[in-house]
Amino acid sequence: MSLSDFAPLIPEIFMAAAGFALLLAGVPLGRRGVRTIIGAAVASLGVTAVLVVLFARPEDGPAAILGDMLVVDQFAVYVKLLVLAFSAVALLMSASYLERAGYGGGEFSSLVLFATIGMFIMASGTNLASLYVGLELMALSVYVLVGYFKLEIKSNEGAVKYFVLGALSSGILLYGISLIYGTTGSLDLETIRLKLTAVPQDNLMLLLGLVLVAFGMLFKVAAVPFHVWTPDAYEGAPTPVTAFMSVGPKAAAFAMFLRLFVITFQPEVDTWRIILWVAAAATMIYGNVVALTQDNVKRMLAYSSIAHAGYALMGLVAASSAGLWSVLMYMLVYGFMNLGAFGVVILLESKGYAGETIDDYSGLAARHPGAAALMLWFMLALAGIPPTAGFMGKLYIFAAAMEGGYVWLTVIAVIMSAVSLYYYFRIVVQMFMKDGIDAEPAALIHDRWTEVMIAVCAVITLLVGIFPGPVVNWAKGGLQALGMG
Amino acid sequence: MQYDFQYGWLLNLICYLPLVGALVTIFFFNRSNSRAIKWFAAVITGVDFLISIPLWFLYRTDGAEFQFATKMDWIPSVGAQYIFGVDGFSILLILLTTLLGFISVYSSFTAITDREKEYYIFLLLLQTGMLGVFMALDFILFYVFWEVMLVPMYFLIGVWGGPRRLYAAIKFFLYTLVGSLLMLVGILALYFYNAGGLAAIGLPGLGNAPTFEIPVLYEMAPMLPAGLQFWVFLAFFVGFAIKVPMFPFHTWLPDAHVEAPTAGSVILAGVLLKMGTYGFVRLSMPLLPDATVKAVGWIGVLAVIAIIYGALVAMAQKDMKKLVAYSSVSHMGFIMLGMFALNEPGLRGSILQMLNHGVSTGALFLLVGIVYERRHNRMIAEYGGLAKVMPLYATFFLIITLSSIGLPTLNGFIGEFLILIGAFNHSWVWALFAASGIVLGAAYMLWMYQRVFFGELTNDKNKELADLNLREQWTLIPLIILAFWIGLYPKPFLRMMAPTVDRVLERVAVAMPEDQSPAMELTTIAVVPDDHHEDAEE
Repeated sequence: MSLSDFAPLIPEIFMAAAGFALLLAGVPLGRRGVRTIIGAAVASLGVTAVLVVLFARPEDGPAAILGDMLVVDQFAVYVKLLVLAFSAVALLMSASYLERAGYGGGEFSSLVLFATIGMFIMASGTNLASLYVGLELMALSVYVLVGYFKLEIKSNEGAVKYFVLGALSSGILLYGISLIYGTTGSLDLETIRLKLTAVPQDNLMLLLGLVLVAFGMLFKVAAVPFHVWTPDAYEGAPTPVTAFMSVGPKAAAFAMFLRLFVITFQPEVDTWRIILWVAAAATMIYGNVVALTQDNVKRMLAYSSIAHAGYALMGLVAASSAGLWSVLMYMLVYGFMNLGAFGVVILLESKGYAGETIDDYSGLAARHPGAAALMLWFMLALAGIPPTAGFMGKLYIFAAAMEGGYVWLTVIAVIMSAVSLYYYFRIVVQMFMKDGIDAEPAALIHDRWTEVMIAVCAVITLLVGIFPGPVVNWAKGGLQALGMG
Repeated sequence: MQYDFQYGWLLNLICYLPLVGALVTIFFFNRSNSRAIKWFAAVITGVDFLISIPLWFLYRTDGAEFQFATKMDWIPSVGAQYIFGVDGFSILLILLTTLLGFISVYSSFTAITDREKEYYIFLLLLQTGMLGVFMALDFILFYVFWEVMLVPMYFLIGVWGGPRRLYAAIKFFLYTLVGSLLMLVGILALYFYNAGGLAAIGLPGLGNAPTFEIPVLYEMAPMLPAGLQFWVFLAFFVGFAIKVPMFPFHTWLPDAHVEAPTAGSVILAGVLLKMGTYGFVRLSMPLLPDATVKAVGWIGVLAVIAIIYGALVAMAQKDMKKLVAYSSVSHMGFIMLGMFALNEPGLRGSILQMLNHGVSTGALFLLVGIVYERRHNRMIAEYGGLAKVMPLYATFFLIITLSSIGLPTLNGFIGEFLILIGAFNHSWVWALFAASGIVLGAAYMLWMYQRVFFGELTNDKNKELADLNLREQWTLIPLIILAFWIGLYPKPFLRMMAPTVDRVLERVAVAMPEDQSPAMELTTIAVVPDDHHEDAEE
């Protein structure tokens, strides 16, 4: 192993170095200089993006590194750029939030960077061991981020719940991995796939392993019935962290899910498909129906994100190339519309946990028409109404499921989409049709960074909604790397 | 030849002009300057109507199926294209839309006094959405416009509506959204059958290049297996029947109509309901001929129920607006009955009646809105003897009432007569029920007229009511001219729709048994010579 073998790893190495530097820089600065540190963190994410593109080398084909532990292919590059963008947007939205709450930015931004490295490894891992390491790096960083407001009891509660359940799910995942290792004799994904293809497997241990790995992954994407941590963690976490954890880790977990199941465990597709079918249907139904009753916007968005994981799972059920790229595309669409919606929530939170109930949105349209119009846009996008990107994302997912012949799953999904409109529009009703007399309306703060990021999310949701072609092609490029183009 | 691309820019201009108007209003008008906003919206919709008139003159009945077309790649990876194009049928509905769009803006000048900027923005956005539906010839594009339209309508009802507006608005949105999402499933099933098939349920496809292009999918309609046709028809049916609305999917309509502001009701009755019937004629019938023929029986039953039930419920109403709303259910049942007679007079009458209903019911809502604006009350019992204080209003109301009940020389007569012929050709039972619907229609409309306008002026509050002002007259006059024009000389309208009617029936005929071919002897009564358009050369 020569030094040049590490070249494709430079983005990760750089980001790790930047993370440590920010951690150290945060110590003398304390609560001051939040914007400087966050700015530096975002800049290093930008540099990482450039490095990712530079070392992508699509013309050379996938490059295996570290003895087949990781691979740099188009699929990984797509997911990496996506999570970089999500992390950057979430960081920029958190600056004013941290300032107002009186917390420093050093540990915060370095934790986001470490989580991002974890997501990178999840996106590019080709070995069960490396994938697990990436997952844990991401998860541990996010546990701490959820509890970052150490003086807020809700923040602590969310973090503890998330950590305990997360540790349990990691254990389940790890046990599943060990069973797969025991039956196939390898941790390398390609070797496992070949083993599974060569010999018909009705080994009970292997099946149990697959089921346990599926359960572990379902936990990470917050699918029913492994979703119970989500509302508490989302509600308790500082809102920018909620925004971050609802998009980045979810996208990375779906990438890992895709690589594990649709590619590696493809020979066993008939075994796991039924599990995912049931999980997808249950997730869509439960997430959307329970969201109807939520009065706290963050909890509502938590259930909404559960529901969206259900839609994305439909693409995995299809287990086709269309299913794959539609999930990749959906992660992009979902990420930006969700970040945008959380951005507006962040602007409304003048202090602590105010501005979180639906009543806080009363009469927003009269006082801040721009913010209300943007929130309306994101609500339409999340409900999947054209011409937003949310519609295009759902269209491709539904199309993939239909192509696979999963008509009833699609029917469930469309009916649940209609249900989802009702709770998204509860906010819209408050903003546009109530005058804010019943409740003391929350004041909107002005923060240039957050406002710009909301606008960016809105523009992306509009452009992808009207011209989805380039994004579709990009997502499809990721499939060629997996040999499914 | 399916497309004629000449003047393709014209359709795009007509469709997007209101959108541009809305964007200009958002960014360049101050919300306090309501006078400028009103007039700007009126000018935009007025110009939009004027530039849509050339479609009427430039359309060639002997030309390509879809004219003024635009065709571009949109999302090549899935085969979705940007295709606009219209035939005579859609031109008629486009003209109706642009005219009612202008009228609804113009009629709102004094009725809407609150949050005017948003109101006119939503009206303009709604206009673009509706026009796009009538122009789009790609399924995805069609679907996009179909749903885009819901959002502004939701706000028009929800913000400027009556006391139960929130309930009515979300009910309207949810009903139509469920319907349209199921339609999307149907669209995808057609799309995959045309291309690679639906693997997991063992349905091999035709293996064509994947496309959402509606005229291309017409070609494969005869090859669709009956089972698939049934399910897709059902999915489309839910989407369209909710919009029409057909019994038993009609329950959103009275709520939405009663709570909506006047302009919202006009657009809702005049245009939005036509989207359902447009969908049946444009999509369900030519794409799914076999299922269409098989569905005739039960759609006929639902239509007859709607006709009778709508009329009876209308008769029992105490609120004028609710009465008109239920009369819509009855009239739309009529349109469905004529359409699914699946013969030439029936379909012609059905399309003509779509226009007539837009004109008459639109005008009725305007008229109810005018008196509501003065008294803030719509109860029939509150009025009586209005003919004495508002003679002009009473005259206008009478003309529209007579047009709605189908008096000869007015538009309703021609449409209902054609539908009756069509229904009779199909079965005398249908004709019997349809005729009884007309009788009931006359009863509830005339009874309402009698109670509101004749008798003694008993209510003191009505003694000082002002008659129509000039602006109000001008919102109604175009509709009254149209009512007389269609009633006295319907030939140009029938000529416009003739190519569409022929093509649709031709496509449905594939699935018909021999002895039921659509060419029936009675068609001579309504014959329209297939002469060439005079100004065909350019």
